[in-house]
Amino acid sequence: MNLLAIEDVYKSYGDLEVLRGVSFVMQKGETKVLIGPSGTGKSTLLKCINRLISLDKGKIWLEGTEVTNPKTNIDMIRSTIGFVFQDFNLFAHLTALDNVRIGPMKVKKMKRREATELAMEELHRVGLEDKADAYPAELSGGQGQRVSIARALAMAPKLILFDEPTSALDPELIGEVLEVMIDLAKSGMTMLVVSHEMGFSRSVAKEVIFIEKGKIIEKGSPSQLFTAPKHKRTEEFLHKITELYG
Amino acid sequence: MWEDGGCEAPSLEESDVIFQILIGELPYLLEGAGIALTLLAALLGLGFVFGIVLAILEVYGDRFSSILAAAIEFFFRGVPAIVLLFLFYYGLSSILDLSPFAAAVLALGLRSGAYQSQIFKGAFQSIASGQMLAAQTLGMSKIKAVLYIILPQAMRFAIGPWSSQFCGDLKATSFAYLVGVSELLRRGSYIVAYTYGNALTVYGFCALIYLILTRAGTMILYRLEDRLCVPGFERRGT
Repeated sequence: MNLLAIEDVYKSYGDLEVLRGVSFVMQKGETKVLIGPSGTGKSTLLKCINRLISLDKGKIWLEGTEVTNPKTNIDMIRSTIGFVFQDFNLFAHLTALDNVRIGPMKVKKMKRREATELAMEELHRVGLEDKADAYPAELSGGQGQRVSIARALAMAPKLILFDEPTSALDPELIGEVLEVMIDLAKSGMTMLVVSHEMGFSRSVAKEVIFIEKGKIIEKGSPSQLFTAPKHKRTEEFLHKITELYG
Repeated sequence: MWEDGGCEAPSLEESDVIFQILIGELPYLLEGAGIALTLLAALLGLGFVFGIVLAILEVYGDRFSSILAAAIEFFFRGVPAIVLLFLFYYGLSSILDLSPFAAAVLALGLRSGAYQSQIFKGAFQSIASGQMLAAQTLGMSKIKAVLYIILPQAMRFAIGPWSSQFCGDLKATSFAYLVGVSELLRRGSYIVAYTYGNALTVYGFCALIYLILTRAGTMILYRLEDRLCVPGFERRGT
């Protein structure tokens, strides 16, 4: 069974059609990367997957459960899908440790001690157990984003969605976040990532999907898509991001 | 003696007498202050709950509940405190036989709630929308997200403006005098009445008690603000 299936989804804001019939599937343990010009619906698509945004048309399935069905318990579904935001959105009044354990404690009703152990493990995994007592305002951007990845991991998600996880970071901090993400992908986590970091895609992505104006223009393995794109638009876009990201 | 010429200052003995009376009546006045504080606690408590509910409805509720909340706010902020008191005590007396104290708690408490809702509304709106989104991505319902993520942050923003609301409401307890609650000001007036016109000294003494209570209350709130202060939520100006 597909872990995630996206079937012909449409979404408009007024006259602006953001998604126009996007479909693809993901298997357990895969990493896929979405690329495309800004405003082409990549973020919208991610937010539709856990129904932070509702679709106009089409269906999304997670392990055989139809996410888009209004009868589906969406809080339940969301607790199994990790989401990593561009600007982290760490809970500002909580320490790194509390940010990571609040989900298990308040959503999964896990005991405090158990949740603390789990949270410390996840902080260790992103290399930040010594920052457990720091507040978000005391963390660097790279550290903040790693805590937010630990927060997502603590829920033992089936899938993690990354919405431009390194776009808000200073260049010298991008590496530490990508490193954590690469380790995650290699450990078998299923990841759908919106990112223009081509190095990341090359090292772990099974497939790169190029979206423009709400439609999938082209998809393929990173080596195929980056070196020999079939469409002229893909080539032009890749040329632009190569100039930016190298 | 006033008929005799009227410009004579009261003799030393006379002014001593009023101070002796005040000292003798101190327990009576302090009991009145205690009643004012009880009224304050009750009306602030009611207003706090009412204000938070109104603010949540207005910020996170659907269209209907947000319009309803705004209408309730408009009413309780737009009608003078004394008129509200008279409405609850005299106006509702045929349906609801409220004691003066209960009427004062309801009238002043709901009024305070309407003002407090403005404070909480502003505090909720100052929380970045990503906080709610992040809570929801963990699987929290909107209610859980407000409870665990939004409220604790909003409360920190609210303490400053809330302390002015506290001062206002402490002083507003004196309106309860008008429906017969035997609070500080009413007791002061009794003393003025039976000592024939030592208004300045007696009311001045009442004013002093109000000042002390206001100062004590705001100091407790500032201390609370300090205790809740975490990096990222520093008190403004520090």
